[in-house]
Amino acid sequence: MSLTRQDVEKIARLARLSITETEMPVYVTSLSSIVDFVADLSRVETDRVEPMAHPLEGQRQRLRADAVSETDHHEKYQANAPQVQAGLYVVPRVIE
Amino acid sequence: MLHTLSIGELARRLAAKEISSLELTRHFLERIERLNPNLNAVITLTADRALEAARAADLRLGAGERGRLLGIPLIHKDIFCTEGVRTSCGSRMLDNFISPYDATIVSRLKAAGTVMLGKSNMDEFAMGSSNETSYYGPVRNPWDTTKVPGGSSGGSSAASAARLAPFTTGTDTGGSIRQPAALTGVTGVKPTYGRVSRYGMIAFASSLDQAGVLARSAEDAAAVLEVMAGFDPRDSTSVDAPVPDYPALLDAPLKGLKIGLLREFFDGLESRNAALIRDALEVYTSMGAETVEVSLPHLPLSVPTYYVVAPAECSSNLSRFDGVRFGYRCEQPKDLKDLYERSRGEGFGPEVKRRIMTGTYVLSAGYFDAYYLKAQKVRRLITDDFRAAFEKVDLVVGPTTPTPAFAIGAKIDDPVTMYLNDIYTIGANLAGLPGISAPCGFVDGLPVGMQLIGPHFSEARLLSAAHHFQRATDWHLKTPGGYQ
Repeated sequence: MSLTRQDVEKIARLARLSITETEMPVYVTSLSSIVDFVADLSRVETDRVEPMAHPLEGQRQRLRADAVSETDHHEKYQANAPQVQAGLYVVPRVIE
Repeated sequence: MLHTLSIGELARRLAAKEISSLELTRHFLERIERLNPNLNAVITLTADRALEAARAADLRLGAGERGRLLGIPLIHKDIFCTEGVRTSCGSRMLDNFISPYDATIVSRLKAAGTVMLGKSNMDEFAMGSSNETSYYGPVRNPWDTTKVPGGSSGGSSAASAARLAPFTTGTDTGGSIRQPAALTGVTGVKPTYGRVSRYGMIAFASSLDQAGVLARSAEDAAAVLEVMAGFDPRDSTSVDAPVPDYPALLDAPLKGLKIGLLREFFDGLESRNAALIRDALEVYTSMGAETVEVSLPHLPLSVPTYYVVAPAECSSNLSRFDGVRFGYRCEQPKDLKDLYERSRGEGFGPEVKRRIMTGTYVLSAGYFDAYYLKAQKVRRLITDDFRAAFEKVDLVVGPTTPTPAFAIGAKIDDPVTMYLNDIYTIGANLAGLPGISAPCGFVDGLPVGMQLIGPHFSEARLLSAAHHFQRATDWHLKTPGGYQ
């Protein structure tokens, strides 16, 4: 196993994912096999290769005028929220 | 039998008032109600909206308006936001999400007068190659219901193959249009990155995702792509370039076309599949095309490269699902951290969590250079291989998948084996190239697809090449038993 249970617990914490006791061993095994699989890349010589982030590299980032282009949709958008009060999203208390 | 007709023929009959859009829509709604329970391809049926849209299309037709898609029904992959209609992305996370707006391709197709019949099943968040990761259960392949329809656009491919709509939409991040098209015997088009707007298409891996179409033929797909494609200021990577009239270019002469035969695409390919691809190449040479063997030496690295890049982008994109603004929220969260962790842990399925964690790992401190940066460098090597090949040939031809459709349950417990299904399709996504899968024969009664890949923005050439093949063969007209 290239990853330990502790590694996977740390990754899950970073990703903000709760993982159950029954799921944990499955992820240790499958994530290890994926990490081993992609480790093949280390054998490729890439010292003078520039990383490629995007398939259309010649494209310039477009800018637009800093003008309002949308109307207020908050009620429509908040219709999908689990809990809303007075136009605000409600979450458990953060500051005591 | 209206479902056996091409989009062009349907449009002709609509224009001649031989049929109405309402009749056509009712015909397909009846098929979905009768045939879908066996397939699970459609997860939301929007019958009332469809009838309303059909009546509106009939009014436009009655007023003398004409359009290649005016009055034509379709099914959208449930990854595309549709205003007022649940947009689940195949996930429990979005099971209760009613989109407040339309994706750009949805509004473009609406404006063209198409009629949405419903939304199709898919692998959860488009992560899968078998449509088994959906929260709504697996889709069955109409050619053999014990087999998968491919993924992630598996609901769209099964619906197109079973003639539940004249065409369906899909998305392709690593093969998710071409692979299911191949496994169900339909024609699937993945356009150049940036050709079709990604606005309102729920993001998986933003440097790879591209929307496209699954239809019976290249001719039908050309009519659809012409409407879907085009610049959209709402997508920052949308390309501002004119859209060719794809249907008008289908008959461009094929003589002298240089077709590359990819050596690496035949490594590990089952011999009967390989024979079908060689037969397809003979069809091309008999029509005056020239074949040249080409090599993409870095192509075997495309799967590991993809399984670093795509999960990295996925882990970033899916951080928006926080149980606060939309989507699933866990019961009784004890604090904010618990709300995030349990909403995500319970809302996402196993494969999505696996990809998020893979991405989190390859982006984490100490591993970024070894995995993510390395994969971005290998991505360039693969892209450069394609560029060099396209200096010698106009397009390349090979198989779409290593095997025909496999059994439901056969690979779902072994992610790496599942990932290798996309070995022939991923390269085009990494390089941002357009690709088409078209039916080219059968092995053991299951359809096999051939894949055409071309340089950036060569959709017209690819569609034309597939069209010439489909005029010389009839594989694309074969329909599974029980769905004729």
